[in-house]
Amino acid sequence: MDTQFLLSLVVGVSVGGVGGFLGSLMLGRRMALVAGPLGHLALPGIALALMYGFDVSLGAFPFVILGIVLIWLFEMRTKLPVEALTAIVFASGVAIAFLLLPIKQAEAALVGDITKVSFAEATVSVILTLLLFCVVKNIYSKIVLIHISEELAKSEKIDIRKYNLVYLGSIAIIVALGVKMVGGLLTAALVAIPASSSRNVSRNLTQYALGAMIIGMISSSMGIWLYKITGFPAGSLIILVNATIFLISLIFKR
Amino acid sequence: MESDFVLKVKNLNVILDHQSIIESLSFEVKRGDALTILGPNGAGKSVLLRTLLGLIPHGGEIEWAKAIKIGYVPQRLPFIKDIPLNIEDFFNLKGAPEKEIEAILNSVGFTEDFSRKKIGDLSSGQFQRVLIAWGLVGNPQVLLFDEPMTGVDITAEETIYNLLAKLKEDMDLTILLVTHDLSVVYKFSTNVICLNRQPICYGPPQEVLTPESLQKLYGGGIRYYQHKH
Repeated sequence: MDTQFLLSLVVGVSVGGVGGFLGSLMLGRRMALVAGPLGHLALPGIALALMYGFDVSLGAFPFVILGIVLIWLFEMRTKLPVEALTAIVFASGVAIAFLLLPIKQAEAALVGDITKVSFAEATVSVILTLLLFCVVKNIYSKIVLIHISEELAKSEKIDIRKYNLVYLGSIAIIVALGVKMVGGLLTAALVAIPASSSRNVSRNLTQYALGAMIIGMISSSMGIWLYKITGFPAGSLIILVNATIFLISLIFKR
Repeated sequence: MESDFVLKVKNLNVILDHQSIIESLSFEVKRGDALTILGPNGAGKSVLLRTLLGLIPHGGEIEWAKAIKIGYVPQRLPFIKDIPLNIEDFFNLKGAPEKEIEAILNSVGFTEDFSRKKIGDLSSGQFQRVLIAWGLVGNPQVLLFDEPMTGVDITAEETIYNLLAKLKEDMDLTILLVTHDLSVVYKFSTNVICLNRQPICYGPPQEVLTPESLQKLYGGGIRYYQHKH
């Protein structure tokens, strides 16, 4: 097995797994699609990274953070639903991206390219996903309660602002890591599809969260393996494997 | 505060989005009381409960007895079925130990291994009982209920009232209950607050629920029938 393939696989499994785990939280408040716009919002950052030759996650991250801060401020100011605000912010992101993005490099930005990941990038990705896993595990039950009812959470003395900030920060990191893997267009699928498949077959919260993580890991590794065989873009294959697992999960829907 | 009282509210005012929701409300709740908060939709009843819980900024004074434990049962949890939760998961969100979950579920009438049942598979009456049980975690002395009968059929309503009355006796609970159902007030409460943004009446239901006060509370056309218990 060649080193490059192994590196891609390690990054794919770690980002896919934690993306699925975090996605199981995001699905709870119909937030899964938020990752999509945030992925699109990362496009100007990816464009800059591709133009100046630095890591796309590094380029994406400040733009995603900027987007989240804007959404956060707009939500406090307007009380509009997060989805609506995200749509406004993401449309602006896409518009800026297409002003900057060289057409030749559009494919890598839109559907990602995990197959050229370096050892250093892989190490950073794995460390970040491990940290992210610990953070998400720590906030999981509180965020579930906030999703069920903010007033119930407040009555339990949960600091909603603090937890939402950590939660949104976690989303920003997974989006920044995810854009490298599946590109700006497909990041939502990386978090939404494993969680949706897992929900179809779960009867409790543990099955749901664990299932989303395992499906995320399996689909990423299978997608990268299929790339090795077929040569099609790995990002697209990861999402197609995810979609296939979702279709299979419908058969076993509980 | 004297040991007999669990709550004293003086001249409470709540303003939300530049609109006055509750005006000049004062009342007291003694240990073991069942206080119902009666009023039409939009009268500020749920806002009052949330204000008492400290969730909404307010003017005036709210004084709870020291170290009092309060349980809260909200009106609806519309998003709960978006997540595949079983009953045990739901209780775990509150950090309830397994043994306590079992005992509390028993106390609201669930037997056997009910805790593995998925929340989405419960009937509305069963779900309401689960919510009541959730409010009882941590052994509270006061329970705040927001419209516990919303979306529950009549048979289940009866079961839930009987359950509340039994829990109140067995656990020596003080209960504050929001409702717009008059029959609940007569069956259940020691005191009633009639609220339509401003306080309309306050006291034992048999004394203060007069045709005049009800007319003022609900407007014209209400039929009045006093239960003689």
